[in-house]
Amino acid sequence: MDLYEYQARDLFEAHGVPVLAGIVAQTPEEAKAAAEQIGGVVVVKAQVKVGGRGKAGGVKLAKTADEAYEHAKAILGMDIKGHTVHRVMIAQGAEIAEEYYFSILLDRAERNYLAMCSKEGGVEIEQLAVDSPEKLVRYNFDPNTGIDADVAAEIATQAGFSSEEVPALVDAFQKLWGAFSAEDATLVEVNPLVKTGDGAIIALDGKVTIDENAAFRQPAHADLVDESAEDPLEAKAKENDLNYVKLDGSVGIIGNGAGLVMSTLDVVAYAGEAHNGVTPANFLDIGGGASAEVMANGLDVILGDEQVKSVFVNVFGGITSCDAVATGIVKALEILGDTATKPLVVRLDGNNVEEGRRILKEANHPLVITADTMDGGADKAAELANK
Amino acid sequence: MSIYLNKDSKVIVQGITGGEGTKHTALMLKAGTNIVGGVNARKAGTTVAHKDQSGSDIELPVFGSVTEAMEKTGADVSVAFVPPKFAKDAAVEAIEAEIGLLVIITEGIPVQDSAELFNLSLTKKGHDGKPLTRIIGPNCPGIITPGESLAGITPANITNKGPVGLVSKSGTLTYQMMYELRDIGFSTSIGIGGDPVIGTTHIDALEAFEADPDTEAIVMIGEIGGDAEERAAEYIKAHVTKPVVGYVAGFTAPEGKTMGHAGAIVSGSSGTAEAKKEALEAAGVKVGKTPSETAQLLREIYKGSGSSPVAGAAETVKEKAESLVDKVKDTFKK
Repeated sequence: MDLYEYQARDLFEAHGVPVLAGIVAQTPEEAKAAAEQIGGVVVVKAQVKVGGRGKAGGVKLAKTADEAYEHAKAILGMDIKGHTVHRVMIAQGAEIAEEYYFSILLDRAERNYLAMCSKEGGVEIEQLAVDSPEKLVRYNFDPNTGIDADVAAEIATQAGFSSEEVPALVDAFQKLWGAFSAEDATLVEVNPLVKTGDGAIIALDGKVTIDENAAFRQPAHADLVDESAEDPLEAKAKENDLNYVKLDGSVGIIGNGAGLVMSTLDVVAYAGEAHNGVTPANFLDIGGGASAEVMANGLDVILGDEQVKSVFVNVFGGITSCDAVATGIVKALEILGDTATKPLVVRLDGNNVEEGRRILKEANHPLVITADTMDGGADKAAELANK
Repeated sequence: MSIYLNKDSKVIVQGITGGEGTKHTALMLKAGTNIVGGVNARKAGTTVAHKDQSGSDIELPVFGSVTEAMEKTGADVSVAFVPPKFAKDAAVEAIEAEIGLLVIITEGIPVQDSAELFNLSLTKKGHDGKPLTRIIGPNCPGIITPGESLAGITPANITNKGPVGLVSKSGTLTYQMMYELRDIGFSTSIGIGGDPVIGTTHIDALEAFEADPDTEAIVMIGEIGGDAEERAAEYIKAHVTKPVVGYVAGFTAPEGKTMGHAGAIVSGSSGTAEAKKEALEAAGVKVGKTPSETAQLLREIYKGSGSSPVAGAAETVKEKAESLVDKVKDTFKK
């Protein structure tokens, strides 16, 4: 889960990373009050989980609280690359002498962590990495040892900082590592990390991604979820512990196993090319078990999507064999009763598939159409969605 | 022959007394796995009742630690069915006991834990400079050498022994492929897992299949996220002489959304299925558009009944692939 800048700021502060005052506001009135509380020059910053907000006019300097009110009024509700601004952060103004870059992230390829640092911050770092790779220090380190004072000094020195500058950076790097480690982050990025006129090092902006698999030991992270930004169907699925992602198409998809479901989406999209370009409506993985209750919950979420015109159920019966899956589908349709209104193309394969197909045939449910192959089922479901 | 796991492997189960551990211990025994015991510190000294492959009653000993289990039974493989909260401790215990193969089935382990335990395994090296413990997973179905041994949760009765090696990030796609090609059969099939940090990679498995005399062709299944498939493609180009067919899932996945597996996410323009497919094709790997088409590609190579041009690949690569097809055809005519 990606955090908003204000959440990252608060998290940094909790771990001793030097930050400036910042208060989140959802209305111009709140923005004005925040500006008064902070005092002096403030910056009104749109809170969206996408880059390029400065260019889009989402970051404005305000010399007075009234100016903060006006800027907040203009920025709130603004659309930045498809993201509507619902919050602004009122941040204390700073006298910036220099801008640097620092980040820590999970390096999937190396299977350890990577710290990156540059004396040239405030710019698009992907661009810097392409244009002037020599200006970006990349330092891989062992997750078990982390960033101690020596490692931090090594990174700062490699980046070209002078021996007078290194100590303040070492402190900031170690604290950012502390935040990364303690919060189960997979990314902590500070761009820019600034040196102020009086020589202090401050994290002026923050991007943090936290690992949702760590939720069991990070109870406070539940409060960081922005429920207002969640798709209502995704929220409903989450309540039922279903792995669901809403997409834009009209063929509802249910399958077991993440890889098979992803594959099903692709196969439906290919099949859709012959049926007026219909595409999948969602990703939904009901897991290995595929019980009647889970199947019913899954169908309930999918049929709650008004765009859905047909549903493709694609299940491979392994340890839970096809007869059990077929029984689950029949029971799920009983549970749903009249709320099930869209045709259901069912393709079963794997253990005891003949018995599974026999059960579906015997149940003779008016909405259920069986398919023998994944490709054939995808084609049928796409055809039905195009009617 | 096979890779990593065979009929002589002595397997212990970490979490043998839990619900999943109990269920899958029974299924592994049924598949012929030589399970010699399990680990649960709180139930050390007890036994658990199971049936062996022939249906006879057996009692499996429960040990207090992996070290003890290895000392008493000579176990060289551990399969961990341990909830995410305790999975790292269980893995660390197995790594410190220097077990040869550790299969971590658990889904939902925090990636920091996986990164920490994997890097710990790198610090314990043998005389050959390689880590003493090979890790498969986490978040994977494990490994099966059909007819010999199963260390994991793969349904054992969907396929047969044969000459195909399979390596995949996804469980059910693996099963689908094993089932579709059950008449040809598999030497070993490995599910390496869908997490961002995993132990055994596509490249590790490709290297092992290339060296395995009983593997004659390889199926490689990937999905969106990271660049493991791209790196595997480079490896294939440089080191793999056996024919490889590939499949990649997730062409329709939107950017920035996690698709079920924690590692399955397109970030910006990186990790896309398209890029992976192109990299594989450039390395001479035939990539199927659907799982069935992928199975068909393998079938054509195996039976020599089709002529599949290598789409999008350079002419030289195409020639190389065709000569390989001929080589395989010859092999199977014998």
